[in-house]
Amino acid sequence: MTSLTGTGTLVRLILRRDRVLMPIWMLCMALLPMGLASGTASLYPTDAGRQGYIDSLAASPMLLLFYGQKPAEPSLGALIFWRSATGIVIMGLIGLLVVIRHTRVEEEAGRRELLGSAVVGRHAALTAAVLTVSGASLVVGVLVALGMISQQTPASGAFAMGFAWAFAGILYAGVGALAAQLTTGAGTARGIAGAVLGLDFLLRGVGDVAGGGLSWLAWATPLSWVYKVHAYTDDRWWLFAICAAVTVVLAYAALRLSARRDLGAGLLPPRLGPATAPASLSSAFGLAWRLHRGSLLGWTVGLGVVGGVLFGGVAKTASSLLEGNGQLTEIMERIGGKSVASDIFVGGSLGIGAIAVAAYGISAALRMRTEEAALRSEPVLTAGVSRLRWAAGHLTFALLGPTVVMAATGLFAGLVYGASTGEIGRQVPRVVGAALVQMPAVWLLTGLTVAAYGLLPRLSPAVGWVALSLCVLLGQVGAALQLDQLVLDVSPFTHIPHLPGPAAVPATPLLVLTALAAALTAAGLAALRNRDIPVT
Amino acid sequence: MDNAISVVGLTKSFGQAKALDGLDLTVARGEVHGFLGPNGAGKTTTIRILLGLLRADGGTATLLGGDPWRDAVALHRRLAYVPGDVTLWPNLSGGEVIDLLGRLRGGLNAAKRKDLLERFDLDPRKKGRAYSKGNRQKVGLIAALASDVELLLLDEPTSGLDPLMEEVFRQVVAEETRNGRTVLLSSHILSEVEALCDRVSIIRQGRTVETGTLAELRHLTRTHITAELATPPNGLAQLPGVHDLKTDGATVRFQVDQAELDAVLRQLTTHGVRGLVSQPPTLEELFLRHYETEPVR
Ligand SMILES: Nc1ncnc2c1ncn2[C@@H]1O[C@H](COP(=O)(O)OP(=O)(O)OP(=O)(O)O)[C@@H](O)[C@H]1O
Ligand SMILES: [Mg+2]
Repeated sequence: MTSLTGTGTLVRLILRRDRVLMPIWMLCMALLPMGLASGTASLYPTDAGRQGYIDSLAASPMLLLFYGQKPAEPSLGALIFWRSATGIVIMGLIGLLVVIRHTRVEEEAGRRELLGSAVVGRHAALTAAVLTVSGASLVVGVLVALGMISQQTPASGAFAMGFAWAFAGILYAGVGALAAQLTTGAGTARGIAGAVLGLDFLLRGVGDVAGGGLSWLAWATPLSWVYKVHAYTDDRWWLFAICAAVTVVLAYAALRLSARRDLGAGLLPPRLGPATAPASLSSAFGLAWRLHRGSLLGWTVGLGVVGGVLFGGVAKTASSLLEGNGQLTEIMERIGGKSVASDIFVGGSLGIGAIAVAAYGISAALRMRTEEAALRSEPVLTAGVSRLRWAAGHLTFALLGPTVVMAATGLFAGLVYGASTGEIGRQVPRVVGAALVQMPAVWLLTGLTVAAYGLLPRLSPAVGWVALSLCVLLGQVGAALQLDQLVLDVSPFTHIPHLPGPAAVPATPLLVLTALAAALTAAGLAALRNRDIPVT
Repeated sequence: MDNAISVVGLTKSFGQAKALDGLDLTVARGEVHGFLGPNGAGKTTTIRILLGLLRADGGTATLLGGDPWRDAVALHRRLAYVPGDVTLWPNLSGGEVIDLLGRLRGGLNAAKRKDLLERFDLDPRKKGRAYSKGNRQKVGLIAALASDVELLLLDEPTSGLDPLMEEVFRQVVAEETRNGRTVLLSSHILSEVEALCDRVSIIRQGRTVETGTLAELRHLTRTHITAELATPPNGLAQLPGVHDLKTDGATVRFQVDQAELDAVLRQLTTHGVRGLVSQPPTLEELFLRHYETEPVR
């Protein structure tokens, strides 16, 4: 097939470009379940202990949403497969992001053209991207399996789990490939593919939490098949055949679309814009607003409204489940401190929301880097706009945008939660406060990214995303791994007080985090004022 | 004070690589100054230093009487810049970009904007990602030319323009200079340089190797002479300034340095000139001589 000529070369090109990034994410993902298993094994060495742990977690609809239906037996492997389900979603996310990075991003930057004119078949780039991600996912899967075997879990279950993880990456690589064909912008493609993953996640979660007439939803989406492999208990190997078939269909559809459209074009045709600029587009801030408003709106609706309603809605169910279960309440208090159970759920979900919002803050700050690398900062910086003013436009959105999203999340969670308990007036300010108390940690990560942008522009994306991944890792598995408190303290989220709750809010950590964020931002801006632009 | 740009001994390194190595450049107010040199000679680097985007390692640069790094913002209101590869925001229309850049600079001339859109035949409603290379370039050119600024810094501004549009560009720049505007034009298109520039500076490996009017530069090169003589020549090869002499019976071909032309012609006429063809040095030859990688003087 001449349309695939050069695929091998392109695979090598991708491996070469990602030679740092790819091993990092592969290793992180591969080590995650093993670490979790070894930590859990020492905390809960017996079946009875694990069953208690499982029951306590499964009592929370919030956690069912993330982990799916609890395992049928309390073996270590089954517990870990269930408990580490977030990793499945992350694999899917990585799969779609990496495929888009090597297809639509390349095309948008015009680099595909350079390759397309060389001896490279028209399907080679897409095929190479999907193949590479699939291969990397399979390697992660095998490493996951080996890691689980090293924790004395049965080999068949370990490999079922490993392949489940691998197929999460592979399936959503297919979704990413398809999304990359639809639009001309890489950002929109990421949005579409990410929305598909998010929707799959929600539908599956609703099916698992609601059960009954809606339980079919837990079988309805690609993501749910991966969950339903139920490694170590059911070991449903046949699901992998479906996963593989669906991936082939997705990839084939993407190839067909890419064959039908022109290079650089999408299926959704570009529309004409206005011939003159509106009055709002007259300053560096006006430009920043134009560049950031789409993602601000997306995050506000996606996380703020949808997420907020979901968090608030689940909290009520959680508290009603806990009523009259003294033992469970006791367990929950041990995990989340002395608070009402529903407060713990609200606080916990806002904590997860804060991680997502931090991702938004980092990506908004990195917009400066994108603009610089694409040489789009130059026309603005040579038209009477100072560097600080230019950066201020972007930073407004990188620092205040997440704050708006977080406030919206708190507002909607508080409204729904308050409405369900009949005390809106009391809950809204409490929950909004619990949402906003997360902001210093979010700002710190944004500030770190800005500092990196000023001082080490080329490395700034790596610094921002590695820092966030570290926080996620420490937050998700740090306690289970029984890491030293000093290590846990590295994550700014460790220092955020647990709200809403009865305890008084200690001001010191919040002030210190905010001051650190300000200092890092200032350092980044000072460096930006004194360095060459563009650094490419 | 009557120089729009004055650069002395500018140096700039990127890591180990020396991009500028003692570059000099003087552009008088009101002139169109050609800025020439082979790929990688340091033209873009110089212009970025003049724009205060890059910081020079050494030497001095003065732009419109100010310091390009320190006074960047104030100076930028008085100049406009067009890069060789205009990049646009994918979701902003061309018209929006033109207006935005004009307004940032403190307002743009609406009549000129309209006129330029017509002359360059640009649809301002298309989104940035939908423009072809040449049309992107037009957006940058119109944004720069529609503001009433004192100085235009143009870095290969016509790359990708078709010949028709190239012609429009020349007309517009000629009009601008009639209005007293100063232009620094970096270009690889020699006909463009010949049509527009009062003076040129040629740089190589980060240094200025030649500067002057085109006539002065021509003076430094050789004229090709073919002459049919009555008697076979002698002594011609010994004359200073004669190069590549080829004798074919009574016909001679050679090149002669512009400065020695008079003396050589005198000598020729002593042999009885029956026919004479003289070709002035082409611009290409002039530049090729400077671009070739012989060591810098
Ligand atoms: N950001 C950078 N990092 C490293 N080297 C650079 C950078 N920018 C320019 N250079 C180097 O500096 C030298 C001068 O480059 P410059 O872009 O100024 O050349 P130029 O005269 O504009 O060439 P061209 O005619 O190709 O546009 C080149 O050797 C180039 O490789
Ligand atoms: Mg250049």
